[in-house]
Amino acid sequence: MRITADRVVAALALLLAVLAPFYLSTYWVGQLLTQMLFLGIAAASLIFLSAYGGMVSLAQVSIYGIAGFVLGNATTNGNTKGLNLGWNPWWGVVVGIAFAVGMALLFGALANRSVGIYFLMITLTYSVIANLFFGQVTDVSGFGGISGIQAVGAIGSVDAHPFRLYYVALVVALLVYALLRYLVRTPFGLTLQGVRDDPVRMASLGYNVPLHRTIAFAFAGFIAAIGGVLFVWWNGHIDPASIDLGATIDLLVIAVVGGLYRLEGAWVGALFFVVINNYSQRISFIGPRFHTLIGAIFLVIVLVSPGGLVGLWERVVNLFSGRRRGPLDRKPVGLGQAEPSV
Amino acid sequence: MMDTTLRRARTAHRRRPLSPAQKRALRVAGWSALAVVAVLPVLWVLFFAPTTGKFATSFGSAVHDPKDFVITVLNGVTAAGLYFVVSSGFTLIFGLMRVVNMAHGAFFLLGGYVALTIQRRMVGGGGGFGLQSSQVNLTHWIVPTLAGTAVVAGSGLVMQQLFLRWTQGQDLRQALITIAISIILADQMLAHFGGVAEDIAWPRNFDTFTNIRVAGVVYTTTRLIILGIAVGIGVLLWLWLKRTRTGMVIRAGVDDRAMVSALGINIQLTFAIAFIVGSALAGLGGIIGGSFASLAPGVDANWLLYSLVVVIIGGMGSLGGAAIGALLLGLTTNFSAAYLPSNYTYYSIIFTFVLVAVVLAVRPLGLFGRPA
Repeated sequence: MRITADRVVAALALLLAVLAPFYLSTYWVGQLLTQMLFLGIAAASLIFLSAYGGMVSLAQVSIYGIAGFVLGNATTNGNTKGLNLGWNPWWGVVVGIAFAVGMALLFGALANRSVGIYFLMITLTYSVIANLFFGQVTDVSGFGGISGIQAVGAIGSVDAHPFRLYYVALVVALLVYALLRYLVRTPFGLTLQGVRDDPVRMASLGYNVPLHRTIAFAFAGFIAAIGGVLFVWWNGHIDPASIDLGATIDLLVIAVVGGLYRLEGAWVGALFFVVINNYSQRISFIGPRFHTLIGAIFLVIVLVSPGGLVGLWERVVNLFSGRRRGPLDRKPVGLGQAEPSV
Repeated sequence: MMDTTLRRARTAHRRRPLSPAQKRALRVAGWSALAVVAVLPVLWVLFFAPTTGKFATSFGSAVHDPKDFVITVLNGVTAAGLYFVVSSGFTLIFGLMRVVNMAHGAFFLLGGYVALTIQRRMVGGGGGFGLQSSQVNLTHWIVPTLAGTAVVAGSGLVMQQLFLRWTQGQDLRQALITIAISIILADQMLAHFGGVAEDIAWPRNFDTFTNIRVAGVVYTTTRLIILGIAVGIGVLLWLWLKRTRTGMVIRAGVDDRAMVSALGINIQLTFAIAFIVGSALAGLGGIIGGSFASLAPGVDANWLLYSLVVVIIGGMGSLGGAAIGALLLGLTTNFSAAYLPSNYTYYSIIFTFVLVAVVLAVRPLGLFGRPA
């Protein structure tokens, strides 16, 4: 195995993440880093769709929310809104993820003939409708949302054992990353990239283009749902505001700031977002205007470096190593090219 | 290696072609399913909606209570008017320039807030509860409307010239740019205008009731005025697009941008005009919407949703499609809110989704959409 700058950085990051509880405060690990991990998982589902399927989806937050709401309804036991079914937390996880994947299949099946900005618009309507649904339907949530959601017994309360959920999230994030890396090398992943690059040609070769998009979307829904489960475990509460337009755009900001065409960007963007969110309030001239700041950063990134922070890093590496790298799967999809319309 | 994997994947997905008879059977089945989906709600509203029992609705069927049926139709059509004003701007910009203006909802809110501020300055005060219609005359409404529309038109032009002009053709990047601008705008509006819902006051001579002489319905005049404005704007836009030179250039540009600029027409000027008009419509919509409902953070998301739904249903870039889409959306939201059983009315949002889903399933490009 050759030693490259990427691999050195990856190994260092992993080491730092594993050892984080030993040198960082409980607040940093329990709040910021845990948040970074589950937001990164949700953002990775968005980046997977965009980088390998050519579909920039704004529905990932709604799917993540659907998993969270179903989990909340299934496992809580009185004292809160929702159905209060009081099931075993593990059942809640299974049902929550299954339900979210089912919705993702439906969403994907309805949008599978669109790509690029059309796909962006259709998935945005899903996202806003999901938010309004949970806000209005008081049987399953209502405006105030569901509180008192407990993680499974082995993890326990986040306040009492902040590091347990952190390590669980870290392992899950690594598994998600490995799974996605593996998936894009399978025949399905390769076909999906063919569909991304030239749907017309793939269709004339006999591939079922809409089916590939639907399955990819459902799979990304599965990843997003995992992020949603970790989110409600961490937060103990979910309400419609957790999946509103602002949250939807926050996830897009994470993915774009990290870099829309490399999976690693998801966690880079999430870390950046969480840290800025936490510390910007201390800067006097920004104060509560966090969204103006993040919007401005987002704008600058989109204008200057469509590859996000990871893209900037790659540019720096290429500058020093003096070579130009252009593998097929690292193309910033959609940015800077008109999409083929099917 | 890669070649063999690809081929394996290909054979796995190869299907036997269907015979023409099978295809016909499938099509008949599909259309009948669709007809059932469309006809059942109509039958429910007209004949079967009960007033008692487990599924009691507020008004009962149209046969039972024609007055409330007419009111619901009017509510749907007037709401559609406002949807049309807002989404026609969205579809105009999209059709010509392939720009998905995600800041359209923020522009809506901006127009409303600018008009609100000017109206309060003009009338003076208003106290903690805002202004009453009795304090406001026609000038106090028209001047803020024109000013608010102009401010939004200017903002749209600035955004287009600064950020979108040099990123032309990169449609996803442009969508991201407008999203960034909508984040900043929404946050700044929250900072300046606060989080409390406020509304613009109608002038006192609008705030009355009109007897429309159908089924004894006396209807709010302001909603009829909204419909009038919408129809007026629709006609003006139609005349502009069909009868003037600029309109012709825009229509030609929708079909083939490269050819239009090759003919020596200043397409950049046309883009700027389209952006001004499109943004102005969002601002005007915000002022009407702020008078008819209210302005608050989050309202921008709803109006972005309405614009998206209307153009997804109607077909992107089509003015007629926007009118039909707005009508379908307005009727769907109002009828589902009024004719669902009273215990379940909050499920009405699902019908918006069903509407989008049915249209996308049948026509992925919308009812009047054409391939780009």
